Amino acid sequence: METYILLGFVLILSIYLGLELIAKVPSTLHTPLMSGANAISGIALVGALILSRDSDLQNTIAFFAVTFASINVFGGYLVTNRMLKMFKKK
Amino acid sequence: MTFLSEITAIQNIIYIFSSILFITGIKMLGKEDTAVKGNFFSALAMFIAVSITLIDVVNPIVLLSGIALGAVIGSFIALKVKMTSIPEMVALFNGFGGLATFLIAWSEFNSIPDNLFQHVLVMTTLYIGGVTFTGSLVAYAKLSEKIKIAKTSIITKIFTTIFYISLPFLLYSTFVTPFIVTSFEFFTVLLVLTLLGGIGFVLPIGGGDMPVVISLLNSFSGIAAAFAGLLLLNNVLIVAGSLVGASGLILTVIMAKAMNRSISNILFVGYASSSASSSSSEEQGEVSPISVSDAYLILESASSVLIIPGYGMAVAQAQHVVRELGELLEENGTEVKYGIHPVAGRMPGHMNVLLAEANVPYDVLAEPDDVNPTMDAVDVAVVIGANDVVNPSATEEPGSPIYGMPIIEVHNAKTVFVLKRSMSSGFAGVQNPLFFKQNTRMLFGDAKESIGGLVSEFKD
Repeated sequence: METYILLGFVLILSIYLGLELIAKVPSTLHTPLMSGANAISGIALVGALILSRDSDLQNTIAFFAVTFASINVFGGYLVTNRMLKMFKKK
Repeated sequence: MTFLSEITAIQNIIYIFSSILFITGIKMLGKEDTAVKGNFFSALAMFIAVSITLIDVVNPIVLLSGIALGAVIGSFIALKVKMTSIPEMVALFNGFGGLATFLIAWSEFNSIPDNLFQHVLVMTTLYIGGVTFTGSLVAYAKLSEKIKIAKTSIITKIFTTIFYISLPFLLYSTFVTPFIVTSFEFFTVLLVLTLLGGIGFVLPIGGGDMPVVISLLNSFSGIAAAFAGLLLLNNVLIVAGSLVGASGLILTVIMAKAMNRSISNILFVGYASSSASSSSSEEQGEVSPISVSDAYLILESASSVLIIPGYGMAVAQAQHVVRELGELLEENGTEVKYGIHPVAGRMPGHMNVLLAEANVPYDVLAEPDDVNPTMDAVDVAVVIGANDVVNPSATEEPGSPIYGMPIIEVHNAKTVFVLKRSMSSGFAGVQNPLFFKQNTRMLFGDAKESIGGLVSEFKD
């Protein structure tokens, strides 16, 4: 239970940090920020990698979880990068 | 200390380093000058976290082939997609992230949770991940116009009902099933209800409200990842997931504020039907149409022009001719600015992306608060396929459904050109009194053709 409390602490602080960091984002960057954040949510990939695989079902699930999280990661970062490259100053 | 626990300790230290990079990355992503670097930092953080995780997984072949497959598919989609389809791509990728967390929770359920807290986490992660997955797919289909289902259709009603059933069933699965022996496979039922419920969550929400839904789903995918981190006792998942959850939440609030509506009103109510307010539209008088050549003469003598794009510009794919017109006006000595409303289009920042694609520099794009105070000094405001975001009812008619919504007050400009296909009302279903104002001229037709006409007039 102590571990959960510690991790819960990390969770709350991270959310608060996130809210503070992004509070004043210019509207030009709304789409790239969303797309970039979307790529970060592909961190589920790390979770998918450490799943226990004791049965065929779990093995299959892990494979698909890894695949879809990877699509999210690679697609997300590349699209964000392509988008940001378009934004130019006068 | 055994060898294994040493590896775990090293991994955790590297995870902290990776978390710092994620935080730095997302902070830099919020500023124009550093955004590209910020995205790179966050990608680097991801690479480090994944690599250090891979060093001690069992049977890595399965996992590595999964990563390779995902890398190929993801990169292919990301590099092939047209820039104009970015909104739906973001929705699609977001859905896949949600699916991954949904699968993580499913797998963990089979590992037999050993305490109630884990059970609660499994259920919540499963539900949020699943709703993010199917909800994002529906958003993808709506944005790419693959499906068009009316809010009132029976299909929408069925799915919405399933969504409302799925919520109490989630509560039942979370808090009742650990204590009783169920006579049926409750988990299978929950899997199905979650996925169908996600469809029902997004299906009734209209196109103009999409910016809010997309931001919210984005937030969900982060929260789901953070919960998965709690479940798997993994701190980098918690930190990265929370950052995404927070940024999605901020965008959701910005979007809702830009519509002057509460998030729950957008998600569960939608705009009231327009029948009640339509009675007054008869007495609004006549519109004054204008031809392309007359519009050219006015623009040619204008010293300041404000362009207000909306979803219509995206539909007509007119951003390139708009940029061309802007450049010609500037050569002619006219000051050109763009007024961008936060909810114009179908996703947060939609207009900014389209104009960036057409090489319009971002420093000529202004927000409503910047352009409204000096609106009476603007000679011509050119409204291209925008409607609700320039509707003066929002400031003048307390009875209007959109009253109180912050708008770009083009009606205060000396002359307003409205480029529009027909007289139909905007997404909110509210008649726009702007069209009937003394200083408004309607330029009917396809936005791309009308602007193209203006451009060739300038060139002659």
